[in-house]
Amino acid sequence: MKRKHKRLTFAAIGLGLLGVAAALVLTAFEDSIVFFHSPTDIAEGKVKIDRRVRLGGLVEEGSVQKQASAVTAFRITDGANVIDVTYRGILPDLFREGQGVVTEGRLQGSLFVAEEVLAKHDENYMPPEVADALKKSGRWQEGSDQKHPSKGESAK
Amino acid sequence: MFNYFANPRRFMKLATVLSPWLAGATIVLAAAGLYLGLFASPADYQQGETVRIMYVHVPAAWMALFCYMGLAISAAVGLIWKHPVADVAARATAPIGACFTFLALLTGSLWGKPMWGAWWVWDARLTSVLVLFFLYLGYMALNSAFDDPQRGSKASAILAMVGLVNVPIIKFSVDWWNTLHQPASIVRMDGPTIHPDMLWPLFLMIGAFTTYYLWVLMLRMRRELTETRLRARRQIQAEEAGA
Repeated sequence: MKRKHKRLTFAAIGLGLLGVAAALVLTAFEDSIVFFHSPTDIAEGKVKIDRRVRLGGLVEEGSVQKQASAVTAFRITDGANVIDVTYRGILPDLFREGQGVVTEGRLQGSLFVAEEVLAKHDENYMPPEVADALKKSGRWQEGSDQKHPSKGESAK
Repeated sequence: MFNYFANPRRFMKLATVLSPWLAGATIVLAAAGLYLGLFASPADYQQGETVRIMYVHVPAAWMALFCYMGLAISAAVGLIWKHPVADVAARATAPIGACFTFLALLTGSLWGKPMWGAWWVWDARLTSVLVLFFLYLGYMALNSAFDDPQRGSKASAILAMVGLVNVPIIKFSVDWWNTLHQPASIVRMDGPTIHPDMLWPLFLMIGAFTTYYLWVLMLRMRRELTETRLRARRQIQAEEAGA
């Protein structure tokens, strides 16, 4: 075997092993790599609820209620489970019903008290006229996963 | 072909011919892409005018990965087949790729504050791109850390190849884990989810960023190859003068 072939084999085997190692590490740490948990994760008790967690999903249609002194109450859904959330503070511009959000806070009983609310932007980009036309023709459903059924976000 | 252009002199000829064409293509593509992106394309139904940050952010992020692939492949060719021009290409690519990565992080942050409500979050996509930025910096630091440049290229080539593991992690982070960052809009099974009026300026900008990279790469490589030749010539002269 020529020296350059030796080096090539060594590099290929090295990279292969490294890839396997990385895959194992990432699988093992999956719980700490995910940025947020779905209402289903919490309902099924997959998440320790005694510490701060991030809860993500879609803001349920018709669930947003402005209460006194900048407190907003709403529900987060992933299609299967729903969790009640309250938040005191200013909401991001993209926060609206049907939109994805990620909230950070603690679960107190069955109520999730959020200390931070982030809006999640989906992968759809279009001019307002196109969005209006889609809504008029009835081909529009809020939530990215319904617009692209092949790739449901809330299914995760 | 690798073997053919492994000869620095042949490569210099090619680079000299290509440079003006790449420069011209960059200017034309960037002018068209910026005009369409910043003025002639519609605002987004949700983000409004802020969507225009995408026309810089996406090409920069794309190039951050593209340059890293170029860097790692050149470094590997340099390490395994000992092609001198490949090492020069890897060294020339690193700072360009680092700049693209920084630009992607910066524009993403500027977009994130008004849209998400946060400048930065530690989700899988953002974190893995930050790691990519540090890989570039690490490559450059390691490459120049040795007195003997050969040892520097060897050590840094290994780092560049190890860092290749991060490339699929960046690309698929938004599919494998829950992230705040959106999933892919362009490269996906059911086709792009960006309206054509916004997709065209984006493609033009990606084209402009690519030709810009190749253009600056040619300039940087020509500079380094010329420097090496000059140094060799001076050394010969000095030896002749000494003898």
